[in-house]
Amino acid sequence: MNSEQQYIDLFRQCRTMIDSHSAPVLNALREQAFQDFLQQGFPTQKVERYKYTDVPAAFAPDYGVNLNRLDIPVNPYEVFKCDVPNLSTSLYFMVNDAFYSKIQPAVALPEGMIVCSLREAAQQYPDLVARYYGKQARTGKDALNALNTMLVQDGLFVYVPRGVVVERTLQIVNILRSDVDLMVNRRVLIVLEDNAEARILFCDHAADDRSFLTTQIAEVYVGNNARLQLYELEETHVKNKRFGNLYVDQQADSNVSLNTITLHNGLTRNRSEVTLSGERAETNLYGCVIADKQQHVDHNTLIDHRVSYCTSNQLYKYVLDNQAVGAFAGRILVRENAQHTVSNERNANLCATKEARMYAQPMLEIYADDVKCSHGSTVGQLNEQALFYMQQRGISREEAQMLLRFAFVGEVIDCIAIDALRDRLHHLVEKRFRGELSRCSGCKICK
Amino acid sequence: MMLEIKDLHASINDKEILKGINLTVNPGEIHALMGQNGAGKSTLSNVLVGNPAYEVTSGSITFNGKDLLAMKPEERAHEGLFLSFQQPVEIPGVSMVNFMRAAINARRQYLGQEPMSAGDFLKMMREKRKIVELDSKLANRSVNEGFSGGEKKRNEIFQMAMLEPTLSILDETDSGLDVDALRIVAEGFNKLRTPETSALVITHYQRLLDYLKPDIVHVLLNGRIVKTGGPELALEIENKGFDWIKAELEA
Repeated sequence: MNSEQQYIDLFRQCRTMIDSHSAPVLNALREQAFQDFLQQGFPTQKVERYKYTDVPAAFAPDYGVNLNRLDIPVNPYEVFKCDVPNLSTSLYFMVNDAFYSKIQPAVALPEGMIVCSLREAAQQYPDLVARYYGKQARTGKDALNALNTMLVQDGLFVYVPRGVVVERTLQIVNILRSDVDLMVNRRVLIVLEDNAEARILFCDHAADDRSFLTTQIAEVYVGNNARLQLYELEETHVKNKRFGNLYVDQQADSNVSLNTITLHNGLTRNRSEVTLSGERAETNLYGCVIADKQQHVDHNTLIDHRVSYCTSNQLYKYVLDNQAVGAFAGRILVRENAQHTVSNERNANLCATKEARMYAQPMLEIYADDVKCSHGSTVGQLNEQALFYMQQRGISREEAQMLLRFAFVGEVIDCIAIDALRDRLHHLVEKRFRGELSRCSGCKICK
Repeated sequence: MMLEIKDLHASINDKEILKGINLTVNPGEIHALMGQNGAGKSTLSNVLVGNPAYEVTSGSITFNGKDLLAMKPEERAHEGLFLSFQQPVEIPGVSMVNFMRAAINARRQYLGQEPMSAGDFLKMMREKRKIVELDSKLANRSVNEGFSGGEKKRNEIFQMAMLEPTLSILDETDSGLDVDALRIVAEGFNKLRTPETSALVITHYQRLLDYLKPDIVHVLLNGRIVKTGGPELALEIENKGFDWIKAELEA
């Protein structure tokens, strides 16, 4: 049996159950998604975009799915101790794919702003959700979009109305919680209307020592002159597999920064696709990866410059130890109309052992003639001369190695605009390099 | 005696550079080590501090009675050995403050002492910086990153001031320095001298020795010390070069 069959069977057998525990706006796209999935199947590594991660193998095992929405007992507020404290965030939890709504943050949201379950949003505000849902994450062009769209039942909805500036950072803690191996299909929809501003921090954690397979499709719409900082911090475990597709559509004068930090994981593939639809939009993508053992982290980015006067920056840094595998494929597409584009992409990697592997593929496609673009990638080892210099001053070789690694990724962490988060991450990264973060340290439910 | 080197042979990439060095340094002494390029001066300093690129094939080195060759580079530093590098290394992303704090506290740990408090440490940084007139901005930057040649050498002496070694090796610390920088570096070094501290100064030029006033001058030739004398030997080399020493040897 091929990897696809179990998902095809599941959909055919459980279609009614899936629909009944979801919402019409979500259900409306299922049939087309199913047809698209049937037609495409899982991408093999022959598909350029999926060259560095074996998708069929990841999806082959038989995971449980909670289509019947059984309540998995957990009170995240009681069991979860956040790893990023003192941020004064508005804290929300997602348990697997479901928004945890039994307790809400004490501080009220600004007038008109919505943070809730996507399923409920699709029922309460069907027109609003339908305007954005599935518009970017098209099922015909990506099999994981198709799979997620046909099976997804819930997720997160964030809506910031025109002109609303959200002072407190929204913190969304994704907790994977299950007594059996579990597949989770989660959907995120974030809409910032014109002149809105928000900061959103996602923290991924796995609370049980189970194999988890997550598909998360996030669609983000950023209106004219709107500003969004998006942080994604993964601190899961070696049995976790994460496939995240993130789509961002930016209108004129908007500004988005995306920081993706992978501190601890199993297998992670993050696709980030940013479409610059309006002039003078700016986007900044930062990635920091620390991987060891047999961990696998694959970042695949596309910045689509469709119009003139937009700016994009990408900085991704990896530190790979033991037999870890990293991949970075970053494509910048400057279309014919996109004159006066400024785009830079830099990827730098440190392979600490001979067995660690890094696949780097910076890509730049330019069809306009008046642009300023750069792209580049380096793979190296720790500088022996620097190590010896530090040893001569009395610093042990191990400590010197730690300082060099820390310095290497420090450049990316320094790009975090929230002071408390940046300080905390420097601390977490140091702990990680010292081997004190072999599991997600903060959550007590991690055994 | 502080340092005793006996019949030291060392090679790099299987090429023998040091061919039987014998040298004794007592507390309070300054030794100058002179010689043409390729004579083995830098090899000797690298072997002393344990650079893994160099292999000691025979001989012994004792430092304050301990077997130096059995120690890791960092242990040698803790025991009081310091090298002012000919080419100080740039370490982007590691601040001078964190670098020095790690070094100081590693030593304190080795000596069974508590880590230094942040306040005491910064106070110490401020005081020692003055010795070599190192700008506070430089002290807040990454180690040697973007420093000029002179600033790098001053930074070496600053680190020496912080770590208070008993035996300092200055490997061509004067090379590439202008007159003012040379004076600052040399005067800084002299301020740090005590009756218990010694130094091994590798140089091609008399001008550094004018400041440091060595007690003993050695000439290294083809991996061996071929002549040892007082400060007047350095002056003679400045005037006449090395050929007369070679001629003496052949005679």
